[in-house]
Amino acid sequence: MRTVAVVGASLAGLSAARSLRKQGYDGRLVVVGDEPHRPYDRPPLSKEFLAGSLAEAELALEGDDEDLAAEWLLGTRAVALDHRGRKVRLADGREVRADGFVLATGAAARTLPGSEGLAGVHTLRTLDDARALRDELARGGRLVVIGGGFIGAEVASTAYALGLEVTVVEAAPTPLAGPLGEAMGAVVSGLHADHGVRLVCGVGVKGLSGESRVDAVLLEDGRSLPADIVVVGVGARPNVEWLEGSGIALDNGVKCGADGRTSLAGVVAVGDCANWYDPRAGHHRRVEHWTGARERPDAAIATLLAQGAVEPGVPRPPYFWSDQYGVKIQFAGHAAAADSVTVEAGSADGRDVLAVYRRAGDPVAVLGMNQPRLFTRWRKQLGAPR
Amino acid sequence: MMIPACRLADLPRGEAHRLDIDPPVSVFHTDDGELFAIDDTCTHQDASLADGWLEGCEVECPLHASKFDLRTGAVDAPPAKLPVRTHEVVVEDGMIYVQLSLAAPNLPPCISARLAGGPA
Repeated sequence: MRTVAVVGASLAGLSAARSLRKQGYDGRLVVVGDEPHRPYDRPPLSKEFLAGSLAEAELALEGDDEDLAAEWLLGTRAVALDHRGRKVRLADGREVRADGFVLATGAAARTLPGSEGLAGVHTLRTLDDARALRDELARGGRLVVIGGGFIGAEVASTAYALGLEVTVVEAAPTPLAGPLGEAMGAVVSGLHADHGVRLVCGVGVKGLSGESRVDAVLLEDGRSLPADIVVVGVGARPNVEWLEGSGIALDNGVKCGADGRTSLAGVVAVGDCANWYDPRAGHHRRVEHWTGARERPDAAIATLLAQGAVEPGVPRPPYFWSDQYGVKIQFAGHAAAADSVTVEAGSADGRDVLAVYRRAGDPVAVLGMNQPRLFTRWRKQLGAPR
Repeated sequence: MMIPACRLADLPRGEAHRLDIDPPVSVFHTDDGELFAIDDTCTHQDASLADGWLEGCEVECPLHASKFDLRTGAVDAPPAKLPVRTHEVVVEDGMIYVQLSLAAPNLPPCISARLAGGPA
């Protein structure tokens, strides 16, 4: 293999580039990124960076003296994969010919239909999004966050600490019920009320009001929530439109094996755009977690370099963290697989809970709030081969 | 400076002992029976490496995914970028002592800011 093109220059793309060099690939390496920035870290965008306590330079993912000997084509989007011609076409008309391709184009924040062009309405996914939101939050006022998931909750927590009046609107009866289950979703989202942030649940958003700038969020039950700033945190969709027509199998992202191999030879997928086969769960899943984007490229690159001749190891259970209102929230495993949840240490009321999810008696997931030591022990146990 | 940590008999393999000095230092007893001492705070964010995932000669930060090499202090991958200091470990009469490094520590931005009197 003489040229590898990594399409996507965020954590998954950078991790893939690093894996290539670490695994001995010494050919030409091209990294394509649609943003103009070198790879940067996203988790602080809703927390320390948004709060102004972390400078932009500190977001850089590359080390000061790191040199991957890569060609960086930044600020240009990939628009097509021509598998037969072994090339990726870019929005600026350029083409990158390569023998191997790593698809790492991530996911894009979902928006609210009809909110385009209305000032004061934000999503939070990129550094540019975070800069714009940070500047607005600095002016203060009433913030309405649409969506009580992790991004919404982190923005609410950060904005509350900055002194804004914050309301979170969640369509489901309990926020975080998807990732954490109903009982623990209620415990974690109880942090909002602890801090005087209003949580409005079980009602959908009908739309936004305002002429050139948003002034309220209109709910489906007829209520109207006055707002100076609105953040839409309603999930993300994989950036795979550009692959349509390439012949690659798509299904909620790029469909791929546990080792990242796709339906096309010499093409692997990693990160948020990859819907990979999870041998533990027995089905495909697309996991938008930082740790997955960081760890999974190792297996995908081994597959790419070996031309598919390696057996993938069993990946560690998915792991993510969140920081809200000064509480460290950690989760590993799959809540949906559980038939019971028990509190093993701390308490829900004390917001220092360590809860273990089990299926037929076997641990399948663990949640910790300010319990890093115990959490690590349980996470290790979840990851042990069974 | 030589600091007494704990008795070797009180630190089972696979465990860590944290010294509450400033900045804190932790002694790790690996599954292979080796002893290492490093700065306890992850260089990325305020987290105690003694609470982390010890595997071989590496400890993974309990919060995020960076791993530190107990032998050299080197970090393997983001979000942490800087190494931790390593300290010499001496065992005398069943007691573990740590000989503190004279190098400047690499502390995460929030801790550095606090030490400098700025916002945490």
